[in-house]
Amino acid sequence: MALQTEEKRRLQQIARELRLTIVDVMAWSGGAHIGGSLSVVEILTILYFKYLNIDPAHPQWDDRDRLVLSKGHAAAGYIPVLAKRGYFPEEELKTFNHFGSPFAMHPDSNKVIGCDASAGSLGHGLSMAVGMGLSARQLGKDWKTVCVMGDGECCEGSVWEAAMSAAHFKLGNVIGIVDRNRLMIDGFTEDVMALEPFRTKWETFGWHVIEIDGHDLDALDDALSYAWTAQDKPTLILANTIKGKGVDFMENNVVYHYASGDSALCERAKASILQG
Amino acid sequence: MAIITGTNWNAYDASTMTAREIYGRTLAALAEHNDRIVGLTADLEKTTAIKFFADKFPDRFYNVGIAEQNMFGIAAGMAKSGLIPFVSTMAVFTCLRAGEQVRTDIAYQNLPVKIIATHGGISFGHAGTTHHCTEDFAVMRAIPNMTVICPADGIETSKAVQASLEIPGPVYIRIGRGFEPPCYESDAYNYESGRAITMHQGTDLTIICCGIAVLQAVNAAKTLAETDGLSVRVINMHTLKPIDREAVLQAVTDTRRILTVEEHNVLGGLGDAVASVIAESGKGCVFQKHGLHDVFATIGYAEDLYAYYQMDANGIVDKVREMLGMEFEADENWDDE
Repeated sequence: MALQTEEKRRLQQIARELRLTIVDVMAWSGGAHIGGSLSVVEILTILYFKYLNIDPAHPQWDDRDRLVLSKGHAAAGYIPVLAKRGYFPEEELKTFNHFGSPFAMHPDSNKVIGCDASAGSLGHGLSMAVGMGLSARQLGKDWKTVCVMGDGECCEGSVWEAAMSAAHFKLGNVIGIVDRNRLMIDGFTEDVMALEPFRTKWETFGWHVIEIDGHDLDALDDALSYAWTAQDKPTLILANTIKGKGVDFMENNVVYHYASGDSALCERAKASILQG
Repeated sequence: MAIITGTNWNAYDASTMTAREIYGRTLAALAEHNDRIVGLTADLEKTTAIKFFADKFPDRFYNVGIAEQNMFGIAAGMAKSGLIPFVSTMAVFTCLRAGEQVRTDIAYQNLPVKIIATHGGISFGHAGTTHHCTEDFAVMRAIPNMTVICPADGIETSKAVQASLEIPGPVYIRIGRGFEPPCYESDAYNYESGRAITMHQGTDLTIICCGIAVLQAVNAAKTLAETDGLSVRVINMHTLKPIDREAVLQAVTDTRRILTVEEHNVLGGLGDAVASVIAESGKGCVFQKHGLHDVFATIGYAEDLYAYYQMDANGIVDKVREMLGMEFEADENWDDE
């Protein structure tokens, strides 16, 4: 079932505003992992503005859904979502990376309000998500745990240790999302260290896999609504995305894995977002 | 007579039990009173003796298979969700294989994960260096938020495990393979995290030690009293971090000679922790570190290795005698007497 027109328009508008903020964060912070922050925008938008059962006024509410951003380097995409969702004023984003700021290139759960897990070293998030999923079962709670991973980090063996355990423990309450933007620092994933057949890997590790266009809000909605009702198997949403999505000259361009931007570049980027 | 340990809600005969077994039973007893406690291991349920907990609370026990990185990450996720995970695998896999998960997922987030690492030091000597761990004190001491403990025996392990619940952050408790002889005769003594215990009084020299070295040092002190007429103090520094600075400095003042003994590389462990306290105090004394002197241990059963590396009572006696011949230049301004 597709999103209602109005809801879709609302989410699209949020996603566009987030992309503009990400460009600002790149400028304020002196540099950011912009490519992977732009590719994950629709994923984080629909999670934070439709699916996650959270209360920004009570960030530590026991029964909340959890989100682990395993690709912690996308903090420049993630922390603005938390601000927009109301955990803290967007104005504070201007401190990003500055001395004493709660916001760094990789998020710290003890400093960023609303952040459920510190991340940055790749391949760690899914294990923590499995721990949260097991805890929900242990405590008799029905919260969901979502783990957003990058595709490149799936080179880490620990991801597959965690994947194996989520299936073994039949964690239907854990949802993995891979932001499959096909690029890592040194080039295309398939050139640096091939992940394909990627979908098959997750399936043989015991996950239910849904492969979608990760920028298509309707497709994300369908996949998440399925995953939210899963019972005895973790669900992996293989979200095919475009690194740098929304900024024409950054799309699929490995140069923009991490970048800093002067005002001219930021203006060009914003113009591209507004045209898109 | 049986040696009784544990708690007043369950008593055990420690004379017939390994430290691991006492740990497992203590955990099972603690869990009766705290439903937030969960247990995790990585295919070492029997080896680490967390089995005693697992048998009693199967629905609170998780065996993740041979995947230590995943285990410590899972423990972090559980602690983030309000549970108190007790995690057990061998020391070497804790501090090195999964060292980054321990540091980044657990310590960085300052989570109440209690790590009971078995087979520390060279206690699993005949397994070879892959299963030795003489680096863990150095690694764990350098991780912020981490409390580092090495109990002297099973009785103290039980006390340390109980006390770990009172520590809000992560705790690393290093024990051996479990066949070490008991050091304490009973649990009728006061154990407090971060507070060293004087095991033997003395004024000529102080041995500051932890783990299996405590019993050996006490025996060495007794021998030295009988044969050499020496008065050797023995301090059980069960908590390496935060270290009991007061006990160290009092020993320097009282005895002017300090020997540290640990089942660890002399780099980065108890010896260096004690050395830092002394150096920062500005006090001078004769000081020697004893343990593994930056070598991977040879192969052999633990008792043979302790003897070979002079970590048994005889070896410690020799070390003390060597130190008595050493001089130190007293500072002219030495004024703490």
